[in-house]
Order: sequence, then structure tokens, then C-alpha cells
Amino acid sequence: MADISQRIVKSYEQELQRLRDLLVEMGGLVESQLATAILAVVELDIDAATRTVEQDPAVDALEREVESFVIRLLALRQPVAGDLRQIVAALKMTSDLERIGDYAANVAKRSIVLSQFSLPFKLGGLAHMARLVQESLKLTVDAIGDADADKAIQVWRSDQAVDDIYTAIFRELVTYMMEDPRNITPCTHLLFIAKNLERIGDHATNIAETVHYAATGESLPEMRPKGDSANYAVIRPREERPDTATLGTDT
Amino acid sequence: MEQGSDTRTPAVRAVRAGMVPAAAVEGPTKLSIRNLDFFYGANQALKGITLDLVDRRVTGMIGPSGCGKSTLLRVLNRMYDLYPGQRATGEVLLDGEDILAASVDLNGLRSRIGMVFQKPTPFPMSIYDNIAFGVKLHERLNRAEMDARVEWSLTRAALWAEVKDRLQTAAAGLSGGQQQRLCIARTIATRPEVILLDEPTSALDPISTLKIEELIDELKQDFTIAIVTHNMQQAARCADQVAFFYLGELVEMGPAAQIFTNPKQRRTQDYVTGRFG
Repeated sequence: MADISQRIVKSYEQELQRLRDLLVEMGGLVESQLATAILAVVELDIDAATRTVEQDPAVDALEREVESFVIRLLALRQPVAGDLRQIVAALKMTSDLERIGDYAANVAKRSIVLSQFSLPFKLGGLAHMARLVQESLKLTVDAIGDADADKAIQVWRSDQAVDDIYTAIFRELVTYMMEDPRNITPCTHLLFIAKNLERIGDHATNIAETVHYAATGESLPEMRPKGDSANYAVIRPREERPDTATLGTDT
Repeated sequence: MEQGSDTRTPAVRAVRAGMVPAAAVEGPTKLSIRNLDFFYGANQALKGITLDLVDRRVTGMIGPSGCGKSTLLRVLNRMYDLYPGQRATGEVLLDGEDILAASVDLNGLRSRIGMVFQKPTPFPMSIYDNIAFGVKLHERLNRAEMDARVEWSLTRAALWAEVKDRLQTAAAGLSGGQQQRLCIARTIATRPEVILLDEPTSALDPISTLKIEELIDELKQDFTIAIVTHNMQQAARCADQVAFFYLGELVEMGPAAQIFTNPKQRRTQDYVTGRFG
């Protein structure tokens, strides 16, 4: 936040800066967790998978640090207005970031199982989805660091693309499973991986909403772009044409 | 309107243009301040203030020292009349009647608009007489009626239980917090319609402060209240609507929750978060 006016109590300003720094540090860590998790899946790199899982305790520790720092600030500074919004936002964002770290670790763990199968298909769609989620997370962490409502809106809007591609991957994987039952185990793991990536996108969107509120005091509209229709997808083989699938959606 | 209005804050201009209401909470207006200017000699202390005190609601007034909030309270019960060279222009309407008019009976006005000051100022007499003194100026009550009025006032001021066995002892023997509640009892004894509180707890300990705040919450069932305070947490706790003053201008007025979570004006945000030089 570009503040022209100086705060009278400098130590308070330093504490708020420290809170921002902690969140950005946590965001950076989670970003790197997601990057290695994606590497693990796309390249079936077991080392990368292990590194991802090993980073989890550091993320959890940062979450606890942010939480106790927030409680301390609330108790000792009795923040109001923009400060109050920033501090409460930190509490929400730290828990979203921690969840993102968990999902990244889960993706990595499943990639280890996946590496034991030889897949008869390419993971192009998943790699594309992973890239979108990664970009969105990067933008989210930037938005946190700069308290930038415009970047937050950008993230908030971009989640639709992630949801769309998730629905497409869902259909694709179900089709592989129908084609050959031996695909069921790896495809199920891939489905969870895709779902985890989609959830990461959702948490990034949550953070974007929180950043926007903290920066402007205004909440984004209740209805956010939500394109994940896989929950309602019905894909069944047709007797006459077993190679086609139908996607039924209802809301 | 006059040329000077252009120099005023966006918030005030918006109110005066009728774009936003002068009050931030719903309810009938008890005291309506319109375009009020106030001068200490040549020095203008209030500039075009327009705001409404809503009936039986608490209006908090905050702002740095010298911003005009205490001056505004002094205008509202014509205290400035006691000093030569001080004058107010504009309108202050109590139930629609302009209290700045020369024809207004000041004693009558001050019985309708009571004031409590920063430091407790008990009279050098008994607790009982502190309450009875003001009542006697306005009403003729017999002994039983006066006893009932004293008990009512002290009960409303949450002091009765603590002093009922020593009503005839000197008020000076009470603690600071008790003395301040006595002053509030004395103010409400004349059954005013509006109570003005000028930093009523700044000389009190935290527990006495909370008692006064609880009392304010009780009193707003019957009275319209304006409280000037330097303690922003107190404004947040007590007030329904909060007005922020700076350099004699009303910068922003809003529901307390909005002022302390999402103030619209930069200067309000700076002040409530401690960024004012």
C-alpha cells in the first residue's frame, strides 16, 4: 500500500510490514511446492515429489507463526480500518496458503504412485492446467505482496479457465477408463491430481477476494466465475457408438 | 450557495448538495445542524458543519485536538454566549426550532440540552443536593417528589446502589468514577432531551470508563446523546454514528462500524489508524 502519510507509531508499521513479509515468504514457499509437484507429475520425477512433501512442515510452521502474530497484533494494537482489514485478511490468507501447500503435497504423493504405471496417453491437458494454476498462484502471491486489488481481480477472473480445463480433463480420463480397465488406477490418481489443482485454483481465488477486501474495503461479488461442472458430469458409453461420450450438466 | 462552499470537503459538499443524508443511521432527527460556522473572534473554528443527531442514538465525534468537536458541543447548548467575541452562524434546530436565535431562553435550553464535562465537577454539597440543585431551578417539587427524582436520576446513572446509604454526605468524598456518574445523574435529573458528553471518561480508570460506557448504552433508550472522545475504541464501542472532524470541518460521517472498518475518506483512515502528524 503506497502510504503517503507517516504512521506515528513506527514499531506498528514495522509489525505490519513483517506480517506482509511473512505472507509473501509463505506464498513463495507454496509457489515452489506447487512447481516441484507439477514437475513430479509431468516428468514423473520422484525426487521432485519428495522435495515437495518435505517442504510441508516449513509451510505449516509459517502458518502458525502468522496466526500467533495476528493474534498478538489484534490484542496489542487494536487495529481499525485498513490495518484491521489487512490483519484479519492475513489470518484468512495464511490458512488458504497452507491448504494450497497440502494440495501440492498430495499431487506430489500421487505422482509417486503414478510413476509405477506406463501410461498409454499423454498428460498434455493436465500440464496445461498445471501451468494455468501456477500462473494464477504467482499472480496471487504478487497481489498479496503489493496489496494490489487489480491483480486480485485478474486472479479472480482467471479461475474460470482452470475450471473449464478441469472439466475437460475429467471427461478425458473417464473415457480412458472406459476404454481399458487397466487405466482405472492411474486415471483415478490423475483425477485426484486434477481435482487438487482445481482446488488450488479455488484457494488462490479465495486469497484474491481477501486481498481485494483488505485493499479496498469492498467485497467482490458473491458469485465468482465458477466453471467447474465436473461435479455434475455424466459420462456414459452409448450402445450404438461406444467411442463417444456425452456430458450432461445441470445446476 | 456562497463561493466559500467550494473549499469544503467532498463529504460536506455532498451532504449540502443533498446527495447523502446528514445522518448515518436511520431514525427521526432530534437536533439538526445546518451549515454551521463558528468564530472565536476572527478565528473560524467551525466551517459549514451539517449533521444530524438522530433521536435516541449516540453520535460520536472524533478528531485531533483543535478540530472543533468540543466547540461544536459548546455551540449546541449556547455555552459560547458566556464569552464575548464568539459567534455562530447557520442553524441548529432542536425539534425544528432554531436554538441559535437571540430569543431563545438559555436556561430553558440548557435544561433540554444537558452537558457533562471532562473532569467531574460535583458541587461542594451533599450527594442529594447535587442532584436537587439543578431540578429546583426548573421545577417545584415537594419533598417526596424530589426524593423520587433523586433516586430516579441516581438509578439511571447506575450510582444509586453505591450511594443510597450516604446521600447526605459530601459528593467530594466519592471516587472519580462515582463523581462522574453523579454529574451524569445531575444532568439527567432535569430530564433533558439531549445529553452532550465532552470526553466524559478521560479522567477515569478503565473500569469506571466501562461503567460510563454501559451507562451511555442504557441512557440512549431515553436520550439523544453526543459524545466527544479522544478514545477511538470508545467511539467504536458507544456510538451508533461517528463524525470525524479535522481543522473545523466535518470530513466524514458514517455508521461506527463503517468508520472503523472502511472509512471512505483518506483523512479519516489516516486518523483512525494513527497516521496523522
